[in-house]
Parts: sequence; C-alpha cells; structure tokens
Amino acid sequence: MAIIGASETSSVGHLPNYSMLQLHAEAARLALDDAGLTFDDVDGLATAGATPAQLTEYFNIMPHWIDGTSVGGGSFLMHVSHAVAAIQAGHCNVALITHGESGRSRVGINNSHSGPSTIAGQFELPYGVWGPPSMFSIPIVRHMHEYGTTEEQLASVAVATRQWANLNPRAMMRDLISVDDVLKSRLIAWPLHLLNCCLVTDGGGALVLVGEEIAHEFAKEPVWVLGRGETTSHMNISMMEDMSSWTAAKQTGNDAFAIAEVTHNDIQHAMLYDAFTHVPIYALEGLGFVNPGEGGPYFAEGHTAPGGNFPVNTNGGGLSYTHTGMYGMFAIQESVTQLRGEAEQRQVDDLEISLVHAPAGMFSGTATLILGNK
Amino acid sequence: MTYTKPIPKATPETQEFWAGLRRHELRIQYCNECLRYYFYPRPFCPFQGCRSENITWKTVSGFAKLYSYVISHRGFGGFEEDIPYVIAIVELNEGPRMMTNIINIDPDPQNLIPDMLLEIVFDDITEEITLPKFQPMNQ
Repeated sequence: MAIIGASETSSVGHLPNYSMLQLHAEAARLALDDAGLTFDDVDGLATAGATPAQLTEYFNIMPHWIDGTSVGGGSFLMHVSHAVAAIQAGHCNVALITHGESGRSRVGINNSHSGPSTIAGQFELPYGVWGPPSMFSIPIVRHMHEYGTTEEQLASVAVATRQWANLNPRAMMRDLISVDDVLKSRLIAWPLHLLNCCLVTDGGGALVLVGEEIAHEFAKEPVWVLGRGETTSHMNISMMEDMSSWTAAKQTGNDAFAIAEVTHNDIQHAMLYDAFTHVPIYALEGLGFVNPGEGGPYFAEGHTAPGGNFPVNTNGGGLSYTHTGMYGMFAIQESVTQLRGEAEQRQVDDLEISLVHAPAGMFSGTATLILGNK
Repeated sequence: MTYTKPIPKATPETQEFWAGLRRHELRIQYCNECLRYYFYPRPFCPFQGCRSENITWKTVSGFAKLYSYVISHRGFGGFEEDIPYVIAIVELNEGPRMMTNIINIDPDPQNLIPDMLLEIVFDDITEEITLPKFQPMNQ
C-alpha cells in the first residue's frame, strides 16, 4: 500500500482566519490535488481531533470506510496503518487521512475537558497539573536519576532541531540557538524551560493512500508503507509503569521492524515526535537505536543534526517548525517529502527508508511507521 | 475561604478511597490472589496474569518514596498562588504509585532527590474531600 498524495495546508503557524474544519478541508484538497484526485474519488476517511462525522458532513461525502481513532499526536500514524488494512481487505480504494488544528488561534475547535469524576479529575487534576508541559514532563527526573541524563543534553535536542529549522523556510523559529539559550529561557516546569517545549501553532495536513495495483498511476512516485506498529498502554501519566523507559515505543518499533523486514541499520532518517526535548531521547532508546541512557549523549554529540550520521526531525520538528497539538501528521509529511526528494536545502542524500514515531497522548502509547520509496 | 482548585468527585469504585481519606486513613485495594496492592481503585486486580475479583480494601502506612516530579512555574485554576509547586509521583511503601504534591519543602531540585523518604499529610480541602499529600519524613 502506498501514499500517493500528501500535503500540508498552504501555510502553517498563525492562521486566525481558518477554523479547525477549514484547515482539514484545505489540507485534504491539496493532498488530493497532489494525487490528481478530488473528493468524489474518496471512499475512505480517517481523522482525529475532529470526528469522521464532522468531516463527512463538511466535505459532503459518504465513504465506505471510516476511522476516528483519536488518541493524541500519533493518531495519524495509526490511520495510515488502518488504511493499509482496509485497502487490503477491499473495504475502500482511496483513503483520505486529514489533520487540522487551530491550536494557537482556537477558532472553531472541539472542547476537550476532564470532569471531576474522571480518573484524571480524581487522581491528577487536584494536584495542579495544567497541560502537557506539567504532565508529559514528569518522567524526566526519573530518567536523569537512573541514567545521569543532564539538562544540557535535553537542551541539545532543541539546538540540533533548530539547526534543521534554519534550513526550512516554512519553520516558525529559524534563528540558531545554543544550549545556554535553552537553559536561560524561562522555567515552565523544571526541568523544562521554554525552549525545551514545542511551539503552539495552527495548521493541517492530509494523506491519500491507495493499493499497490494502482499506486503507479498517479502524478508522483508512491511512498510505500513498509511496516507499522501501534499501541496504547495507559491514559494518565501517573499510570506510566516505568518512567525511565518507553516500553510502548519498544513494542511498536519491534512490530514495525518485523513487518518491514528491515533492521536499525537500514533506517537512514527518522522523525521522532518532539513535543518536548526529552521525548525524542526516550523514543531513540525505546526504539532501540541506542541503549537505555545513551539518548541524551547521542543528541549532544550532534549525530542527529545537519551533517550528522543520523538525521532526525529534519523539518525543524514540533520544537521549531510547527506544532498544532497533534503533530504526528507533520512528522509523516516530512518523511514523505524526504522520500520524494523534495526537501530542498535539508534533503537527506540517497534516502530510501525513513521511520516515523509518535506518541499516543503523553507516553500513553505510541505508533511507528517505516516508509520507503523503493 | 472558598477552595477554587479542582475538587475530585468520587465514583462507585473509588468511594472507599475518598471516604478513608476523610477519616485521615489512606485506603487502597489489595488482591487476595496475587497478594499485591494496586492503585487507582478498580473492582478487579489489574495485574497481568491475575485479574482476580477477590480483592479487599486495606489501610496502608502512608509512607512513600519520591519517584519523579516537576516543579511547576506556571499554574491555573487556583494554583497561581502556589507557584512554584511540586507535582510528584510517589511510590507507596506497599508498592503502588500515585500523583500528589510534595509540601512543606522549599521547591528546589536540591531538596527533591529521587527515592527520598516521604510521609503522608492529610489535606482537608472541603468538608467532604481530603487530598493525600506528602512531605519529607520527620518534618
């Protein structure tokens, strides 16, 4: 199965003139244009944040297959996986996956709120957690304690990612930064400073998938879905079993590697969802690219930066490119762009296989995709 | 003074936890099959390979170790006045972990060393609800 259409909204960042649904629609139209298709060709639809019902109404379509899996930023990786299965099963022929989020401008958004009798309402909210920077961050101290990971190493993730953003004209934050800049930025929830945290932006993206038999009939060369893995293991951060490792990443990575029949050495490029600087460190270790505890030093040594041996988050990531709230769609888009050879100044040479990894919620699970152009 | 922060609301399976705290007892559930404590409250043992419904409520020690934490420098919905404050995960002596606040301590990483010993402080936030908070041992 292959991705034959892919696009983000015409711009990302601060888009107060777009509602959430408009962002979905623009991304969908551009991805369909990319493939030479229209909404009338779509017979499968998957989305997160918004519901399939909202979008089928807005697009005025009635597909034969829908998927509303909505478990956070990695949902779109799961949609790709589910679309592959649906196409294989003959449930649909042209699957459209859309993301749109007015994360910054908050125009026409769906409300999300945990009431006082939910698990979070009883066992987390009374202690003053107030959003991802105060929750996704709680495990970090355990990683520091177990492995000696330092604040400087955390900061180096933001530094390396900014170097990539510097090469991407669409990135919101492009000026180069130092470890010291990160450590001197204001404290949000120690050990997180402002520059350890992702941006909050508006934007969208969409993908179009079809089966192997027809994948070569479209404008661009297909990007193949070689492997996939997905899981959720808990919902609330206080229920994360081991806060020094990401066991869910290990599982979904193993699943994806087994299906793709490739090894770590075959992966030439990775998009590791970076809502905060520690998240790619946990992912790198969980997926098995380095041993537990080696993630921080790996980033600090510059391996993932431009010129390094393992390019990671080449669009500038959620930290510096864009982060609408559920960033996973943009991670996939960058892998597709790289595999198509369209990444211009930041293009990874001779790229054939790329890995995309994203969390479900705050360490609540993960999804992995392995994509290739051969 | 009115309490403006989020106030938990019990559900049928968590009622005993909140009722215990009101009496200043930390009550959690224990599995009579695999002989382990667990949290948060559920009508069955959550451990893999067990899943027994033969469970009982027990009052536990209130002693714990610091597992992980952040020091929040932003706060909303009543927490503005507490900045900076410590949101922590503690591991009870009986095994389970829970989220809480570490109080009666200067919120500085140097004072908050993982695995340090803690004891419970019962914080009566309303006439019905008491929150389990923790402070360093021997305060």
